[in-house]
Amino acid sequence: MFPRPIEHASPAVRTGYQVFLPIALLVWLLPLLAIFMTSIRPAADINVGNVFGWPSSFQLLENYTAVFTQSKALTYLWNSVKITVPTAILAVGLSCLGGYALSSYRFKWAVPLFFVFVAGNFVPFQILMVPVRDFSVQTGLYDTITGLVLFHAAFQTGFCTLFMRNFMRALPYELIESARIEGVSEFKIFWHVVLPLVRPAIAALSVLIFTFIWNDYFWATVLINGDDLLPITAGVRSLNGQFVSQWQLVSAASLLAAMPPVVMFFAMQKHFIAGLTLGASKG
Amino acid sequence: MSTPITTTAPGELQEPGWWKRNRIALAPWLFLLPGLALFTLYVIAPIFQSIWISFFDWDGLGEKTWVGLGNYVELMDDERFYTSLKNNIIWLVLYMLAVPLGLAIALFLNQTVPGMRLYKSLFFFPFVISQVVVGLIFTWFYNPDFGIVGVIWEFFGATPPAILADEDLVTYGIIFAGLWPQVAYCMILYLTGLNNVSPDQIEAGRLDNARGWKMLWYIIIPQLRPATFIAVVVTVIGALRSFDLIAIMTGGGPYGSSNVLAYYMYETALSEYGFRMGYGSAIATVLFLIMLVYISYFLWRMYQDEKN
Repeated sequence: MFPRPIEHASPAVRTGYQVFLPIALLVWLLPLLAIFMTSIRPAADINVGNVFGWPSSFQLLENYTAVFTQSKALTYLWNSVKITVPTAILAVGLSCLGGYALSSYRFKWAVPLFFVFVAGNFVPFQILMVPVRDFSVQTGLYDTITGLVLFHAAFQTGFCTLFMRNFMRALPYELIESARIEGVSEFKIFWHVVLPLVRPAIAALSVLIFTFIWNDYFWATVLINGDDLLPITAGVRSLNGQFVSQWQLVSAASLLAAMPPVVMFFAMQKHFIAGLTLGASKG
Repeated sequence: MSTPITTTAPGELQEPGWWKRNRIALAPWLFLLPGLALFTLYVIAPIFQSIWISFFDWDGLGEKTWVGLGNYVELMDDERFYTSLKNNIIWLVLYMLAVPLGLAIALFLNQTVPGMRLYKSLFFFPFVISQVVVGLIFTWFYNPDFGIVGVIWEFFGATPPAILADEDLVTYGIIFAGLWPQVAYCMILYLTGLNNVSPDQIEAGRLDNARGWKMLWYIIIPQLRPATFIAVVVTVIGALRSFDLIAIMTGGGPYGSSNVLAYYMYETALSEYGFRMGYGSAIATVLFLIMLVYISYFLWRMYQDEKN
């Protein structure tokens, strides 16, 4: 292990480390702590400039209720769910199919097509913006949740296929081969042999895509026009305009927007990290 | 290994069945079809459409007018384009700090004291949060009247700078906000990498009296190469994709001084400057070409791995 385990260090260093650790964490998360503290303050505190001191009273419930009653936050949150969940299902589903094709069949297009998915995954959004928006307007998908879901799912299919294909490649090929010799149909092999084995990859991708899409801001502004279908990220921005200088409400809304991915991360931490490192650990 | 049977006499057509004989060749295409179709429609085709549109003058609704390289010629004289390009380079360079900083935090946290798991996840927190929220937090922090910057400067008796209103500071202020989640991402990549460093080699190094920096440089970092590679790739992509923070924190201002190509493109094609889709597409094409350098490098590296 590197650095040398702290247990082997002198008692002074050990204590120093134990003391420094929480301080470092505090500094690192200071921005979050600050908005949390602000989100439970009364408005009066902010008006008199007590922004970083101890709150004069705690208004956690009042402030968070105010966000819901004075704005469309609930609609925005629900929109985010309606965008995020179908996208994750669609992208992960499509990439299971695609990843299987690219990993378990030897055909000459397997590697070039795989590279197309990888390359597409890295392009800047702006090179897609005008045609995708135009296509959505032409087909009536502009300013609909369906339109946003279809685009997100298509784009995330690139990343998911990259991940799935690499994961499936590590499966024992003999398993598929012997099923084929047994005369099991191709789809049944996929469904009964391969899918159960890639459950960890499905979990990893689902949490990751959930987070990516939940946090999307760009495409929501490009493909959604009105106020009613905005997801929470874009919603928080418009709340920011609505709650001018009511920092306690802006902070509460921001934390609400940030919460679902955070919960998801904590619940599925292992899968989340496996997804992010793209198998960096294996290399 | 599993090549399809291609030699069949006409009489046999009935028995094994057309599907049975070709299924190994056809099955991958059937599995690929839905994903590939959607991906082509929404990602691959639009790249070429954008490049094509960049040769036109178009407001997004009416007729397109062919202007050839006109948009690109205009770009060459566009002050705002150069500002954006310059800022993109600053972003690229400074964003790279996320890689060594992430490594530093990972080394700091790579211990096994009680509660370490929780510490690691809490350090990772900023990455999970939407950039919109990060942008709002830092906008508020930088506020000279009641942000933390104001508090710190006043503590030292100085007049706090209005970072986001200062043409010379604004880009650095935004990048600093962007580094927060990016460092967390690189940290997690390195923590996973450090987990897989071979203990034997560390022991061998210790026997050879390698310690501290020497150990890090000659034994640890070479073994972290896969993590470093991914960290660099995601950081470059992140730097070139920077949009959310700029949209939230400054909208490219003051006077376009914090613009980057991604935001300038959006602004040109969809907001205050009217709907100049052709010109916007030209900006997007330039950004795409810059990105293409990195994409090609990444693909080339992957291709080398595939061959082995």
